[in-house]
Amino acid sequence: MNGGHDLGGRQGLGPIAPEAEDREPVFHSEWERRVFALTLATGMLGKWNIDESRSARERQHPAAYLQNSYYENWLEGLEKLLVEKDLLAADELLYKKVSVAGAAPELRIPDAEAVLKILRSGGSSTIESEAAPLFNIGDRVKVRKQYSSGHSRAPSYAQGAVGTVIRRNGCHLYPDEVSQGRAIGEHLYTVLFANQSLWGKTEENAEVCIDLWQPYLSIVAKESG
Amino acid sequence: MPHNDHDHNHTEPPSDLELRVKALESLLLEKGLVKADALNTIIDTYETKIGPRNGAHVVAKAWIDGDFKKALIEDAGAAVAALGYAGRQGEQLQAVENTPETHNLVVCTLCSCYPWTVLGLPPAWYKSAPYRSRAVSEPRSVMEEFGTELDSNIKIRVWDSTSELRYLVLPMQPMGTENWSEDKLSALVSRNSMIGVELARNPEDVN
Repeated sequence: MNGGHDLGGRQGLGPIAPEAEDREPVFHSEWERRVFALTLATGMLGKWNIDESRSARERQHPAAYLQNSYYENWLEGLEKLLVEKDLLAADELLYKKVSVAGAAPELRIPDAEAVLKILRSGGSSTIESEAAPLFNIGDRVKVRKQYSSGHSRAPSYAQGAVGTVIRRNGCHLYPDEVSQGRAIGEHLYTVLFANQSLWGKTEENAEVCIDLWQPYLSIVAKESG
Repeated sequence: MPHNDHDHNHTEPPSDLELRVKALESLLLEKGLVKADALNTIIDTYETKIGPRNGAHVVAKAWIDGDFKKALIEDAGAAVAALGYAGRQGEQLQAVENTPETHNLVVCTLCSCYPWTVLGLPPAWYKSAPYRSRAVSEPRSVMEEFGTELDSNIKIRVWDSTSELRYLVLPMQPMGTENWSEDKLSALVSRNSMIGVELARNPEDVN
């Protein structure tokens, strides 16, 4: 869905006003630390994947998404997932009081040692595929228009634009399905777009590379001659 | 540190937000869904252990060691893992090299994808709506906000991190540092230069 998160090319959002690199803290307040840690720790329970957690943050009114600070959006997403996945009851959040005691017995709750192991090992998003990739390096491809209510990683600013495949990255978990809890993979390509094909007349001598999954793309017929 | 009203960093958050987070943490602890030592370990890891000094080491090594640079360009994930920087949000890493003709800039327009293993957690501005919206459509004006003016004949290539591939910019080595040690060189490698909004620091800026 093209909600408040789908920001590429939006205008009117103001200057960046970056903090100086040598003076910026990793977290700006204690509650940000806690939201970050709670999000990672509960993510390690295995009840949702990264695309489900992105989707939970995106499923907000665009005005709320833009108004919130970054970690407020994480908090919104986390509370939503905890309730949707039955780890918390809605009234527990509302009244800030435990009504159903104890975690489900099948859950393995990571301690400090397990956390370090998980953070160090990470997890690859590649997945085996029997199917050969449809597109080759150098192919001209067009990003399909889509109006889906689900989670997707085809940015709206690229939809309808034509670019060139510059790299084939193998088969990766496909967010549109993974966000629905289905571990399906699709071939992933890096596609290069000239600035003009995305924006019309804009800054010169610039281009954008976007990683796009095969279902987002269609081949552009080669012109005869 | 004071902030403008519009930048949403909420250094002094309204107390209802703090209370909301405290209540959530208490609920999760009381239900046994998280462990206090696990939370502290996560915070400590990203606040004090994993940060942009990792990436600066990688870049400085690439500047002085041609074989390492070749390995980094071919498979950055493996090259970086060999230095001990493997893990969450760096599993599939790509290094993109700046040249006299092409400058690279990294953004995530859809959320905040960033190579945690080499750069740590992203700065607030990287996650902000102004950067995410403008980096793809007006990269030169974005870079100017960081004080970086690129010659108009240098092409800017922007990488929108829409998948689980993570991008690390390999900045150009500053002139006049040819015989410098890896340690000394790494002080020239700012975090911002590895995102691409700035160039590596000049030798005269660090002495």
